[in-house]
Amino acid sequence: MDWLPELSFIWAGLIAFAVLTYVVLDGFDLGLGILFPFARSNRDRDLMMNSVAPVWDGNETWLVLGGGGLFAVFPLAYAVVLPALYMPITVMLLALVFRGVAFEYRWRAKRWRGVWDFSFFGGSLLATFTQGIALGALVQGIEVENRAYAGGWWDWLTPFSLFTGAALVAGYALLGATWLVMKTEGPLQSHMRDLAKLAGIALLAAIAIVSAWMPFLDASYYSAWFTGWSIGYVVLVPALVAACGLMLFRGLLRGRERTPFIAALGLFVTGFIGLGIGFYPNIVPPSLTIVEAAAPDESLAFTLVGAAVLIPLILCYTAYAYWVFRGKIDPDAGYH
Amino acid sequence: MPEAFTAETLARLQFAFTVSFHIIFPAFSIGLASYLAVLNGLWLKTRDRTYLHLFDYWKKIFAVAFGMGVVSGIVMSYQFGTNWSVFSDKTGPVLGPLMAYEVLSAFFLEAGFLGIMLFGRERVGDGLHMFATAMVALGTLMSATWILSVNSWMQTPAGYGINDVGQFVPVDWWQIVFNPSFPYRLVHMVLAAYLTTAFVVAAVGALHILRHKDHKEARRQFSMAMWMAALVTPIQIFAGDAHGLNTLEYQPQKVMAMEGHYDSHPDGAPLILFGIPDPDAKEIRYAIEIPKLSSLILKHDLNAPMDGLDTIPDEDEPPVEIVFWSFRIMVGLGFAMLGIGVWSLWLRYRGRLYDTPWLLRAALVMGPSGFVAVLAGWITTEVGRQPFTVYNLLRTSDSLAPVAAPAVAASLIAFIVVYFLIFGAGTIYILLMMNKAPNTVRMGLRDGPVRAAGITPGTQMEPDMMGNRAAGGPRSEEAHSEATTADPRYAEDEVPDPPRRQTGHDDTPKGDR
Ligand code: HDD
Ligand code: HEM
Ligand code: HEM
Repeated sequence: MDWLPELSFIWAGLIAFAVLTYVVLDGFDLGLGILFPFARSNRDRDLMMNSVAPVWDGNETWLVLGGGGLFAVFPLAYAVVLPALYMPITVMLLALVFRGVAFEYRWRAKRWRGVWDFSFFGGSLLATFTQGIALGALVQGIEVENRAYAGGWWDWLTPFSLFTGAALVAGYALLGATWLVMKTEGPLQSHMRDLAKLAGIALLAAIAIVSAWMPFLDASYYSAWFTGWSIGYVVLVPALVAACGLMLFRGLLRGRERTPFIAALGLFVTGFIGLGIGFYPNIVPPSLTIVEAAAPDESLAFTLVGAAVLIPLILCYTAYAYWVFRGKIDPDAGYH
Repeated sequence: MPEAFTAETLARLQFAFTVSFHIIFPAFSIGLASYLAVLNGLWLKTRDRTYLHLFDYWKKIFAVAFGMGVVSGIVMSYQFGTNWSVFSDKTGPVLGPLMAYEVLSAFFLEAGFLGIMLFGRERVGDGLHMFATAMVALGTLMSATWILSVNSWMQTPAGYGINDVGQFVPVDWWQIVFNPSFPYRLVHMVLAAYLTTAFVVAAVGALHILRHKDHKEARRQFSMAMWMAALVTPIQIFAGDAHGLNTLEYQPQKVMAMEGHYDSHPDGAPLILFGIPDPDAKEIRYAIEIPKLSSLILKHDLNAPMDGLDTIPDEDEPPVEIVFWSFRIMVGLGFAMLGIGVWSLWLRYRGRLYDTPWLLRAALVMGPSGFVAVLAGWITTEVGRQPFTVYNLLRTSDSLAPVAAPAVAASLIAFIVVYFLIFGAGTIYILLMMNKAPNTVRMGLRDGPVRAAGITPGTQMEPDMMGNRAAGGPRSEEAHSEATTADPRYAEDEVPDPPRRQTGHDDTPKGDR
C-alpha cells in the first residue's frame, strides 16, 4: 500500500495548518493583551477587549487542536516534546488561565478590575513569551533516546529561546495593534498605528536575526535551506518578508485600515513556511522524523475522515462568527 | 523532599487535582447549556418573558462557568503529555483520534457559537440565535461523549492490538468507541450533569422564593428544577445500578473495593452500609452490614458466592478506603436527591410546592450536592481502577513521563495556588450573581457610580450587553429605551422586589441611559 506513507505528510501539513491558524488568531488577541497597558483609558481597554470577546474562545481552540491533534497522529512527538518543554508549557497554561478568565471577571468587580486587567496583560505577555521560548527550544532540537525525552528540565533555557520568546512578543503585539487599527477609530486607532510601527520594526529585525542564527544552531537547517529544491523558495522568503514589510509600513503611513493587518498576517505565514522547510523531514528536530513519529495508518485514516469533513465546516462557522461581529466597534454605543 | 513524594505520586496528585477542578465546570455547563436551550425555546414558543429573564440570568452565570471550564480543560489536554508521556506514546494511536474528534466536533462547535449565543441575539435574529444556543448545548454533549469514550476505553479496553514498539493500536474502531463500559458511563455522567444543574437552579430558586414569596422567575425555575429532580433521580439510580453491574463484570476488583469486601463470601455476601476500612488488617472495622444483600443486588441471588480482594494479588489491589467512602457519599447523595424529588411531587400534588419553607431550605442546602456526588463518583471510578491506567494492561507507574520530581512539585504548587485563587474568585462571582434575583438585568458588581469621560452609568454592565453593538449594527433596542428607563427594575442593578407584569422593556436593556 504505497499511498500510505503520504498520510503522515498530509497530517504534518494539517497540524502545521492548525498551529499556524492558532498563531495568527490567538496571536492578535494575545497581542491585544500585551498592548493593554498602553491603552490610555478604561474605555480604551473596554473597546480593546470587546473587539475579541466573542471570538477568543474559538481562537484558543486551535491550540487544543494543535496539542490534541499531535497526540492523535504523532503521539511520539507529543510524548517527547511536552516533557522537554515542561516548564514553559506549564507556565503558558497557567498564563492562559489568568487571561482567559479576565474576559468575564473584569466585568464583575469594580474594585478588582485593575487586578483582572493586570492578569489579562500579564497572562497574555507570559503566554506569548513562553510560546516563543517553546518554539525556540524546538528549533534548537530535542534529545530523544528510546522513544523518550533524554535531556534535562532546564535544557529549553538558552539565549536563542529567550530571543525567540521576545521576538514572538513583538510579533503578537504587531498583530494586536494592526487588528485594532482595523477595528477601532479615532485616537485609539492612531495610537495603535504608532505602536504597530514600533512592533513592526522590532519584528522585522527579529526575523532577520533568527534567520541568521538558525543555520548555526544545526547544520541541517543550513542544508535544508541551501540545498535541493528548497533553495528556490529560500531565495523567495526574504523577498516575501520584504514585500510584507513594505506593505505593512506603507499601509500604516497611508492610514490604511486593513492592509497593515493583512501584511502582518503575511509576515507570520512566510516566517512559518520558512521554519517548516527548515524542519522537514523532521517533526522534532534534530532527528525525529515525521514518519517515525506517526501513529499507525489506521489512526491517521480514521482521524483524517473526520478532519476532512469537520475542518471545512469549522472554518465556515468560524468565518460566520467573525462576519457577525464584523466592522468597527462603535465607541458611542454605550460601550463600557 | 520527603521520600513519599516521588515524581509518580506528585504527577498523580497533579492530575487528580487539575481534573477534579475541571470536571466541576463541565458538570455544571453541560446541564446549564441544555437548560438554556430549553429556556430560549420556551421563550420563543410562548413569548412569556419569565423564560427570557431566566435565560438572560443563567446565560451570564453560564459564561463565567464556561470560561473556567475552558481554561481548566486546556490544561488537561496538555497534562497527558507533560506528566504521562509514556502513556501518551502508548495509547496515542487509540485515544488520540477520539480526543481529536472531541476537539473537532465539540470544542469548536461550542466556541464558535458561544459568542453568538452570548452577544448576538440582536445581530442574527431569534432563529439563528436559537440555533447557536442549541449548538452550544450539542457541543457540550458531544464533548462529554468523546471524552467519556476515552475514559471508558482506559477502564474497559477493547478493539485494540499491540504493536512491536509496545503501542496500543486500533483494530476495530467501533469496539474502541463503544467499549463495554462506555454506554453506562455516558448515561450516568450526562444524567449527573443534569442533576447537578437542576439542584443548583433549584437552590437559587428556593433562595429567592424564601426572600420574596411571589417571585415569578424564582418560582418558575424552582418548579422546573423540581421536575428534573423528581424524574431524573430515579433514572440515575437505575443507571448507576446498571453501571455497577457492568463494572462487576469487567472490573471486579473495583466493586470489591467499593463494597469493602476484603474477604470472599462463598454463600452470599453482606451489604456493608458503614464501617471503617483497615487496609493493614484487611478488614472493615465496626461494620454495619445487612447479610446477603450485596449478593442480591449484584447477582440477584441471596446465596450467590462473591469473591473478595483476597483473590487478587496485593500489587493489583485498588486502595479500598478512598473508594469505599467516595462510593457511599455518591449513593447517599443520590438517595437524598430522590428524597427531595419525591417530597416535591407530594407537595406539588398538594399545591404547596412554593409554600413549604422546609422544602425550600432543603433544596437550598442541596444546591452543591451534585458537584459533590460527581466528584465522589469520579473518584470511585478512577481510584478504583488503580494501579492501572489501562485496565490490567498498563500500570500507572509505567505511564509516567521522564520528569524530575522537583519539576512536578513546582508545577503542582503553582497549579494549586493559581486554581484556588482564580477559580475561588470565579466561584465568588458566581455566588454573588446567584444572590441577585433572577429578573435582575445588570449583574455586574458596583461599588459606586463611575463616571469617567464618555462613560455612561452602565459601566458595570454585562459584556453580553455590550457585544451587541460590536460593529455599530442597527440599534434596535433604542426604541425601547424609554420603557426601559420607566421600568423600575432597571433603575438599580439589584431589584429584590417581587416580579411584576412586564412593561414593554427590551430583552437586552442597554446602558446608554
Ligand atoms: C481521558 C482520560 C481521563 C478522564 C476523562 C478522567 N481521568 Fe482520571 N485519570 C486519568 C485519565 C482520565 C489517568 C491519565 O489515567 C490517571 C492519571 C494517573 C492515573 O493513575 O490515571 C487519572 C487519575 C486520576 C486520579 C488519581 C487516582 C489515583 O492516583 O489514585 C483521580 C482522583 C482522577 N483521575 C479523577 C478524575 C476525575 C475527577 C475525572 C473527571 C473528569 C477524571 N479523573 C477523568
Ligand atoms: C482528562 C480528561 C479531560 C480532558 C483532557 C479535557 C479537555 C478539555 C479541554 C481542552 C476543554 C476546553 C475546550 C475549549 O477550548 O473550548 C474542555 C472543556 C470541556 N470539557 Fe473537558 N476534558 C476532560 C475531561 C472531561 C470530562 C470527563 C467531561 C464530561 C463528561 C468533560 C466535558 C467538557 C465540557 C462540556 C467542556 C466545555 C467547557 C465547559 O463546559 O466548561 N471534560 N475539556
Ligand atoms: C444512588 C444511586 C447511584 C448508584 C448506584 C451509582 C453507581 C455508580 C457506580 C457503580 C459508579 C462507578 C462505575 C465504575 O467506576 O465503573 C458510579 C460512578 C459515577 N457516579 Fe454514580 N451512582 C449513583 C448516583 C449518582 C449521582 C446522584 C451522581 C451525580 C449527580 C453520580 C455521579 C457519578 C459520576 C460522575 C461517576 C463517574 C463517572 C462514571 O463512571 O460514570 N452518581 N456511579
